[in-house]
Amino acid sequence: MNQDIARQMRPAFAWALIGVVFMFAAPHVLALFTIINLTTAIALAVLALSLALIWGHGGILCFGQVAFFGLGAYVYTLAGINFGGSTWAVLTAVALTSLFAAALGYFIFYGRVSDVYLGVITLTVTLILFSLIRRTSGPEYKIGKALLGGFNGVSSPPLNLPWDTRSFLFPEQVFYVAMAALILCYLFAAWLMNTRFGRVCAAIRENEVRAELLGYDARAYKLGIFTIGAGIAAVGGVLFANGVGRVTPDVFSLFNAALTIIWVIVGGRGTLIGPIGATFALFYLTSALGGQSVLNNNLVLGVILIVFVLLVPRGVAPTIADWVRARRGGAAPDRVRRRRRTPEDKA
Amino acid sequence: MDLVVAIGLQLLYGIANLALISLGLAIIFGMMRVINLAHGEFLMLGGYTVVVSTNAGVNIWVAMLILAPLVVGIIGVVVERLLIRWLYGRMVDTLLATWGLSLLLIGVITSIFGASTASTISPPLGVVRIGQYAISGYELFLIAVTALLLGAVWLTLRFTQLGLLARGTMQNAQMASALGVSTNRIYMITFGLGAAVTGLAGGLLAPITGVLPTIGATYIAKAFITVISGGASILAGTAAGSVLLGGINGIFTFLSGPTFGEVALLLTAIVLLRLMPRGITGRFFRKSL
Repeated sequence: MNQDIARQMRPAFAWALIGVVFMFAAPHVLALFTIINLTTAIALAVLALSLALIWGHGGILCFGQVAFFGLGAYVYTLAGINFGGSTWAVLTAVALTSLFAAALGYFIFYGRVSDVYLGVITLTVTLILFSLIRRTSGPEYKIGKALLGGFNGVSSPPLNLPWDTRSFLFPEQVFYVAMAALILCYLFAAWLMNTRFGRVCAAIRENEVRAELLGYDARAYKLGIFTIGAGIAAVGGVLFANGVGRVTPDVFSLFNAALTIIWVIVGGRGTLIGPIGATFALFYLTSALGGQSVLNNNLVLGVILIVFVLLVPRGVAPTIADWVRARRGGAAPDRVRRRRRTPEDKA
Repeated sequence: MDLVVAIGLQLLYGIANLALISLGLAIIFGMMRVINLAHGEFLMLGGYTVVVSTNAGVNIWVAMLILAPLVVGIIGVVVERLLIRWLYGRMVDTLLATWGLSLLLIGVITSIFGASTASTISPPLGVVRIGQYAISGYELFLIAVTALLLGAVWLTLRFTQLGLLARGTMQNAQMASALGVSTNRIYMITFGLGAAVTGLAGGLLAPITGVLPTIGATYIAKAFITVISGGASILAGTAAGSVLLGGINGIFTFLSGPTFGEVALLLTAIVLLRLMPRGITGRFFRKSL
């Protein structure tokens, strides 16, 4: 079984290797400003990865993945200010966010809410967090020593070495941490997809009734992968707070929620590397668009989303993979062949 | 006594407000099983129609009650023809496509009118005094309009030919189609009507809230929760959802300020969905419209 997983994960290791090379090469080639920007993009890529895992792989249409991302960032920041160090703050952020997701997921999955409602509910949670935190600008809204700051947000304490609160990391070192976190999260997600747990999740995505008739409790598996996804999103949030240096209610905005969905749609549902690549590509596209005023950011992203839903519903990565395979003469790799065997009766 | 009346009217206004912003969404969702994520932007377009035309010299009542629903209704029909009809039966894709539409509309309006508040208009009608308390006459007017609107939708669904065809299509689209009803046209009209009602709501709220390209986001959370908690039947669902959530929101706002009103509303809805996954009308009033 373990050898089987190792074989399945070969492409993932190849991508991870490329990531490691990039991680050590980039700081020597790129300017510090670019590196700091890249850290933010990496944080967003972790967010995209978490949605790719639970939507693309688990089939859970979560429109509010930014809620977990933003909660992670906020909990990290508030805990960091209160604890005076980042080690426990990071752990608290991931744990509390997962706990929140588990509680929310319990109501959703055990209520057997359908997938479309699920999307709307998670989106609503995000929007209400947005308007809740925006209103916390008064001095009475504080958690421990940290003021919530309302619309202006809170500035985040930098990461420090584990259990050594005086050695803060420099931006370049934060980049290494972020890149390492992305690679580890990616490998973790790829491994999870190939474990027994991941396979049951895929079975539930393909046909929930059949999986339940085979004796699997779909609710528990969905709750499990949902919670894990939220934990990964929280890791992204922690990195984001470090990359940007402060966290504002804007992380919960409708625009960011839409952006996360767009990364996964454009990259391709069902792959993990596609959404990560799409995140980097669109991050630079939106940065470039921010520098001019002819085309509005919302407008461009709206068009991208509509075009992909109508014309390229599978996303870029699977489309490219198909094209490459067709040119090679149809030697389909194992993973795809197995997917074709499953009935498409849900579509 | 005066206090009770004043608080009662505030509560009623909260409920009417929820019903007003949700009705268009409920019509489209109930009839077509399409959750329109651009709902907030339809409200926003209604608001812009009123502000722009009033500033151009149109009477404010004409702008609110005629122009706003007309303009947004036409936009709705165009959207249905160009975008939604390709995606019937694919709920997830419709959600995503309407989300794209929502971003697109925000982008277009921002490009035309700028990102900040367009010049606002003040609510017509003065203040009504109840003893020592003052209540905005416009809020009372909105309560009345909401009641009339719900009544009009009920009459349309219950007693007109269009309503009959629409209800038939809603119950069994294939059977309706086999009996010679052009379901395609029914869907187009329904979407247009839902958009028109939404535009009217957006227009009516514009004097109170002002307009911004991104104002839709402040409405949609509440509208979605109301419709989902209400369930599939259009009128009973909207009414039940609005009364329950509007009541809870009002009580919590009264007790602890507006910050936690929305949170209480959300928590109620989530617990409610654990108990009744298909909304209130999935369990009670199932035969209602």
